[in-house]
Amino acid sequence: MNYFPDEVLEHVFDFLTSHRDRNAVSLVCSLWYRVERFSRQRVFIGNCYAISPEKLIKRFPGLKSLTLKGKHHFADFNLVPYDWGGYVQPWIEALAKSRIGLEELRLKRMVVSDESLELLSRSFANFKALVLVSCEGFTTDGLAAIAANCRFLRELDLQENEIDDHSGHWLSCFPDSCTSLTSLNFACLKGEINSASLERLVARSPNLRSLRLNRSVPLETLQKILVQAPLLVDLGTGSYVHDPDSETYNKLKTTILTCKSIRNLSGFLEVDPRCLPAIFPICLNLTYLNLSYAAGIHGSELIKLIRRCAKLQRLWILDCIGDKGLEVVASTCNELQELRVFPSDPLGIGHDAVTEYGLVAISIGCPKLHSLLYFCQQMTNAALITVARNCPNFIRFRLCILDPTKPDAVTMQPLDDGFGAIVQSCKFLRRLSLTGLLTDQVFRYIGMYAEQLEMLSVAFAGNSDKGMLYVLNGCKKLRKLEIMDCPFGNGALLSDAGKYETMRSLWMSSCEITLSGCKTLAKMMPRLNVEIINEHDQMEICPEDDGQRVGKLYLYRTLVGPRKDAPEFVWNL
Amino acid sequence: MESKVAYDNDLNLKATELRLGLPGTDDREEQTLFSARNNKRPLPDTSKECGSKKKSDAQHVDNETAPPTKAQIVGWPPIRSYRKNNLQPKKSDQAEVAGIYVKVSMDGAPYLRKIDLGIYQGYPELLKALESMFKFTIGEYSEREGYKGSEYAPTYEDKDGDWMLVGDVPWDMFMSSCKRLRIMKGSEARGLGCGV
Repeated sequence: MNYFPDEVLEHVFDFLTSHRDRNAVSLVCSLWYRVERFSRQRVFIGNCYAISPEKLIKRFPGLKSLTLKGKHHFADFNLVPYDWGGYVQPWIEALAKSRIGLEELRLKRMVVSDESLELLSRSFANFKALVLVSCEGFTTDGLAAIAANCRFLRELDLQENEIDDHSGHWLSCFPDSCTSLTSLNFACLKGEINSASLERLVARSPNLRSLRLNRSVPLETLQKILVQAPLLVDLGTGSYVHDPDSETYNKLKTTILTCKSIRNLSGFLEVDPRCLPAIFPICLNLTYLNLSYAAGIHGSELIKLIRRCAKLQRLWILDCIGDKGLEVVASTCNELQELRVFPSDPLGIGHDAVTEYGLVAISIGCPKLHSLLYFCQQMTNAALITVARNCPNFIRFRLCILDPTKPDAVTMQPLDDGFGAIVQSCKFLRRLSLTGLLTDQVFRYIGMYAEQLEMLSVAFAGNSDKGMLYVLNGCKKLRKLEIMDCPFGNGALLSDAGKYETMRSLWMSSCEITLSGCKTLAKMMPRLNVEIINEHDQMEICPEDDGQRVGKLYLYRTLVGPRKDAPEFVWNL
Repeated sequence: MESKVAYDNDLNLKATELRLGLPGTDDREEQTLFSARNNKRPLPDTSKECGSKKKSDAQHVDNETAPPTKAQIVGWPPIRSYRKNNLQPKKSDQAEVAGIYVKVSMDGAPYLRKIDLGIYQGYPELLKALESMFKFTIGEYSEREGYKGSEYAPTYEDKDGDWMLVGDVPWDMFMSSCKRLRIMKGSEARGLGCGV
C-alpha cells in the first residue's frame, strides 16, 4: 500500500465509514496518518474535555461534520449539577475563527446558548444539519437565528432538550427561499407555534422526509401538513385529539391513506384513543413505533394498535401495556430488534406494570431482539436464564427493576445467576445495566464472560472491592464504567490505574472511595482528569482530610489536562 | 426502600475509616462531608441535597401515591429528567380518562357517595345525575341568584379550600379544581344564593 499515491489511499479510506476504522487506520504509519487526517470529514468526540477545539482543527482541516458529547450520562438522572460544564461556545468560536467549512453539528448533553446558536448560524455558509440531544441553555431565539441564517439548512433535530420557549415566532424565521429542509423535529418545545407558518414551511419543502411536531400542533394542522407531505417517512404527531365524528377527523383518515411511506411513528403527546383508527391503515408499514410519551393510550387500545404492526423492528412503549400486552407484541412483532419499556409511574407501584412474564414472552416471540431497555417491577433468575437462552444476540441489555435491590421474586435469592446467564450466552454484548439484589458473584460472571462489554452501569450492587476488580480485570474492551451506591473503595479504584487510560471515563458516586484514594490516583495518572463533584456547603469542606468519603468521582482520559471552565464545586485533583 | 442487605459485609472498612463526627454517632445520622449515602436515608434528607435542581423531587413529595416509607433516592429510577417531567403533566390526562372521583355528601344523608366527574359532559348532566342519586330536585340556576326553586344547592370545595356554588365557572375549570361536592340544604343553601 505504501507505493500507491496518496489519492489511492484516500480513495480506499473513503470506504471506511466507522470512526473506529478510521482511527485504527491512522495509527498504522505516519503516511497513513497524514492521508487519513486530510481526508477525514466526520469526527466523533465522546468527551468534549478529552481534546481541545484547536487540536481538532489542526489535525482535521477538512472537517465537515462534528459530534460532541458533554456531560456524563448520569446527568440525565440529575446527578450532575447544572453548571458543571460541557459548553459548546468555545468549540463554535474556535471553528468560526478557522477555515473549517462546518456543515453538521451533533451535540449531546451540552450547554448551548443562544449566543452559540447565533454564532453558529452566521459562521458557516454551508451549514446543513443541527442535532441537539438532551441539551439545555438556549431558547427559541437561538432557533430563530438558525432558521433565519442557515440558507441551506436540511436538518433541525431537537430531541428531549430543555428549551425556554419565548414564542413560536422562530418558525416564521425560515425565509421563503428556504426549501431545503429534509428533517424537522421540534417535539420537545413546550410553546405554541404558528400553524399557518408551519403549513407554508412544509408546502415549500419538497424533500421533507422527517417531521416531528410538538404538543401544540392540533389535528387539523396535522391533516393539512400530511396533504402537503405525502412522502414523509418519519412522523411525530402533535396533539392527537379531536372529535372522531368531525369532518376534520374524516379528512385525516382519508389523507393518511396517501401516506404510504411512513415507516416511523411517534408523538401522541396528547391523544384521544378514539382517533387512533385513522392510523390503522399505515400500521403494517411501520418499522419504528414510539408511544413512550403517549400516556393517554391504555392497555386495550394499545394492544389493538400493536396487533396491526407486524413489521415492527423498534418499539418504545410504556409499561401500562402490561405483561398481557407484551404477549401480544411477542406474537405479532416477530421482526422486533429493539424494545424499550418505560415506567408510566416511576415512583409508585403500577398495577399495569410489567414483570418477568412479559420479558420471557418477548424472548420467545422475538428471536431477533438485540437491544433491550426494560423497566419492571420484579425479575427472577429463571426468567433471565430463559431469556438468555432464547435471545443470544443481545448487544444492549438494560434491565431496571424499579426497586433497585429487589431479589428474585420467587426464590428471594440474588439475581447473580440470571445476569450471569445473560453474559455467558450473549457473546456480542456491548452494553449492560444491572439492577436487583446482586453480590460480587455477578461481577465475577461479567469479568469472565463479557468479553465485548464496552459500557457497564451498576447501582446498589456488590459486597466488596472484589466486585469492581472482577470487572476491571476481566472486561478488556471496557470503555465506560458508571457506578452508584456500591461498596467499592480505594482498593478497587487503585488496583489498575492504567486501565483508565484505555477507557473513556469512570463514574463513581456514593461508593466507599475516599479523597485520599482519588488524590493518589490523580498523582499516578497525569493524563487523567480526576474530578470530584462536591455540592455541599463549601465552608464545611476540609481539603486536607483525606479520609472523607467522596460523593461523586468522575474521571476521564484527556490530552489537554485539567479543564479551565470547571466551576467552584468541581475539584480537579 | 431497604438496601441494607448489600452492605452487611462492609463493616471492616467502616471500623478503620477516618470520619468527621463524634464517636458513637449513629450510622443513620452520620454525615460525611461529601458522601450522600442515599440508600440509608429517608426522603426528606435526600431531596434536600440536590436543592431546587430536582424539579421532580417537589413533585415526588406531593405525590400521594408514593408510599411514605419509600426513600426517594437521588438519581433513581434512572429515567431522563426530561422524560420524567413530561410524563407527570400527563397524569391529569390519565385522570381524565381513568376517572376524576370526588366524594359527594348531602346534608342529612347517612353516608357519602363517590362520582366520576370525567363521565359527564357538562353541568346539566352532572346535576341530573346528582338529583337521581340522592332523590331530590335542584332548582334553576341563574348567575345572579344561584339555584332557585328548591331548598338544595349543589356546592363544591375547590383547590383553595373554599366552598363554591356549582355552575359559576366553566366546566373544564370546575373539573380540574373540584375536590369534593356537598349538597347543601335549607338556610345554608339559601344563603349562598343571595347575591354573594
